[in-house]
Amino acid sequence: MKSILKHPSIRSAARRAHRTSCNTRFVNTLHQPGDPRVAARRADAPFRLAIIGSGPSGFYTAYRVQSKLPTARIDMYEALPVPFGLVRFGVAPDHPEVKFCINKFDEVARHPNFKYIGNTPIGSTSLPFSSLLPNYNAILLSYGASKDKTLKLPGESTLLGIHSARAFVGWYNGLPEHRDLNPNLEGNDGKAVVIGQGNVALDVARILLTGVDGLRKTDITEYALEALSRSKIKEVEVVGRRGPLQAAFTIKEVRELMTLPSVGFEPVPPSVIPQDTSTLPRAKRRLMDTINKGTKSYPLEKNWKLSFFNSPTAFLSSPSNPDQLSHIRFEKTAPVEGTNGDKVVGTGEHKDVYASLAFRSIGYKSEPISGMVEAGIPFDEKNGVVCNALGRVARPTPEGDIQVPGMYTTGWVRRGPTGVIASTMMDAFDAGDNIVNDWLGGVEFLGKEGDVRMGWEAVKREHSRIGLKAVHWSDWDKIDKAEKERGMKLGKEREKFGTEEEMMAIV
Amino acid sequence: MPPPRGSSIFRNLQSRCSNRLFYAADSILPPCTRPTPTRTPVHPGAYNRTFATRTLRPLPSSIYLRQFTTTSYLSHGHLTPPKPGEELKVTFVTKEGNEFTFEVAEGDNLLDIGQAHDLEMEGACGGSCACSTCHVIVEDQEMYDLLEEPDDDENDMLDLAFGLTETSRLGCQVKMKKDIDGLKVKLPAMTRNLQASDFK
Repeated sequence: MKSILKHPSIRSAARRAHRTSCNTRFVNTLHQPGDPRVAARRADAPFRLAIIGSGPSGFYTAYRVQSKLPTARIDMYEALPVPFGLVRFGVAPDHPEVKFCINKFDEVARHPNFKYIGNTPIGSTSLPFSSLLPNYNAILLSYGASKDKTLKLPGESTLLGIHSARAFVGWYNGLPEHRDLNPNLEGNDGKAVVIGQGNVALDVARILLTGVDGLRKTDITEYALEALSRSKIKEVEVVGRRGPLQAAFTIKEVRELMTLPSVGFEPVPPSVIPQDTSTLPRAKRRLMDTINKGTKSYPLEKNWKLSFFNSPTAFLSSPSNPDQLSHIRFEKTAPVEGTNGDKVVGTGEHKDVYASLAFRSIGYKSEPISGMVEAGIPFDEKNGVVCNALGRVARPTPEGDIQVPGMYTTGWVRRGPTGVIASTMMDAFDAGDNIVNDWLGGVEFLGKEGDVRMGWEAVKREHSRIGLKAVHWSDWDKIDKAEKERGMKLGKEREKFGTEEEMMAIV
Repeated sequence: MPPPRGSSIFRNLQSRCSNRLFYAADSILPPCTRPTPTRTPVHPGAYNRTFATRTLRPLPSSIYLRQFTTTSYLSHGHLTPPKPGEELKVTFVTKEGNEFTFEVAEGDNLLDIGQAHDLEMEGACGGSCACSTCHVIVEDQEMYDLLEEPDDDENDMLDLAFGLTETSRLGCQVKMKKDIDGLKVKLPAMTRNLQASDFK
C-alpha cells in the first residue's frame, strides 16, 4: 500500500495500526468532558464534521449531532450518486415500512448546515482520504461493510450457479455493482440452497418463493421482476452450521415465510430443535415456537426448509456439465460440549444436497479505506471493523486505549455486520453524543486549536481535479423524482435506475 | 431573563430556529419565529427539573399543523385536540427522570403524542410496527394488564427491543382509551453509552 505520509515514525505507527485484530476493550481512557486538563469549547465554536457513507448509521449520527449542536456543519460523502446505503440497497422491497426512516434522513439532509456530496468515493481511485484531514475537525467513518465473506471452498468461485446473497440482494434492489448478475433461476431441478441463517438468507428465500404478483407494487427492479417471473424455483433449503438456537435470523422474517401463500415449511425434526421451550429466554422461545408451529400444511406448491448442523465442504458439478453446480457436499456437525452450542465440530459424516443454484449468505465484512490506516486509524482485519471504544476510534495499547483525535466510527464498520435499524440508530446516537460531548468538552480534535476548517468549500477544489461530478441533495431530488415517475408508469412506488450512468444522466 | 448559553433552553431554541429556516424555504412561514415564551412549555427541555410534573393541554390543532407538519408524509403529529371534559391524561417519564403529563384525546397513540411534544422518541418505521424504536415501558403492571394484548407483529418487534421488560410496549401500538386514563410510561434510553453490556 502506498504510504502518503513519508515520515518513518508515522510509517511505523501505521504498521502498528494495521494489525490483524484489535482487542479494543470498552474502557475509556480518553479525556472526559469536564476534565480539568482541557478547556471546554463554546457551543458556537465553528465545527466541521465529514461523514463517510450515507447509510442509516451516517444519517442518524448527523441527526443526533444536528439536534445537539445545530451550528455543526456536516458534509456527507457517498461513493454512489444516490444516498441511503442499505436502506435503499439492502432492505427487501417487500419491507417498505422499514424504509420509512428515509423521511427522517431527508429532513436531516435539508438542514441548512448539511451538505450531501454523492458520486464521490473516498480512497485511492477518487478523492484521497488525506484531502479530508486538513479540512475538518472530525471525520465519522460510517461506510458500512461493502464486501462479503467467502467460504473458500473448492468450486465456490469457479462453478456457475453460485452467488453471494449480497450480490443477489444488490441485484434485485438495483445496486449498480450487481446490475448484471442475471442469476439463472430456471434450473430444471427447481431447487435453491442458501448457506447461512441470518435475515439476509431469509430475505433471499422469501424473494425466491414469493410470487411476483406479491412484488409488483414494491420498488423491486423491473429486470429482477422479469427474471423472477420466469423462475422455476419451488424449493429453498436454508442451511446452517449450528443449531436453531444459534441462528441469527429474527422472528419477523421467519413468520413472514410461514405465512406466504402456497408456501409450505418442512417440519424440523424434533431431535434437532428444542420441544420444551418454556425455559428459554423470551425471544428464543417465541422464535423456536414459531419454527415448531411451521405452516398449516406441508407440502404445498412451493416449499422451504431449515437445515441445521451442516457445514458445506465443497461445491461440485456433474460430469455431463462440468461448469455448472449440481450438488453441494455438507459435513454433519455436532455441538462442542460446554460451549452451549456456540461452537460445532465436524462429525466426519457427509451428505450431498442437489441444487443447481446456491447462495452464500454468511455475512458481510468491511475493508479499510485506502489512506485510512496511514492516517493512524487502526483497522481490525480479523473482525473487519475499525478499532474503537464505543465509537471513538481508539488504538489499543498495553496502557489502555488511546483515542485517535477527531476520528469516530459507527454502524457496521464499527461493530460488524449485524443488527436492525433500531440497533444502528442507537449506535449512531452514541457516536453523535460522543462527538458533541468531546467537542464541547474540549477534547483534542483534528488540527490545531482555533484553526478554521473549510470543509467542502476547500475539498471541492481538489474534487474538481478528479473529474467526477459531485451530486448534491437537489440533484438527488431530481433522481428521486425521475425514479418515482418511472415507477408510477408501472404502478409501483419507484423504479430505480440500475446504473450510475442513468442516475448521472438525470443530474 | 434570557436563558444562559448552553442551557437546554438555548439549545432547543437553536434547534427550532435552524429547523425553521429550512421549513421556511418552502413555506410561507417567517423564519425563526418560534418559540414564543407562551409556547415554550411544550418543550420538555424547557422545564426546570424541580417542577417535575405538570399537566399540559395540547395546543389547538392549527398550531400543531404549523409546528410539527412540513408535508403530510413527514409528519407524525396527527393529534386531535380533546373535547372539553373528555381529556385523557398520559404521563411520560424521560430517561433523565423528568415527568410530562399531557391531556390528549381518545384514540391518539403514544408515539404521536410523544413526538408532537418533542419528547426523545423515535418512530423509524413511521409507526407501522416494523421497528422497535418507540419502545415504552408501562410503569404500572395493573395498567399494563388493562391494555389490549400486543399482537404477534408487535411482540416480534419487542423481541428486538433494547432493555425489554415484562411491561414493554411499542408506543405506536398503544392508543389512548378511557380505561387507561392516567397511563404512565417510561421512555428507555436511546443510546447505550456506558451501559454494562458494552463492557465485555
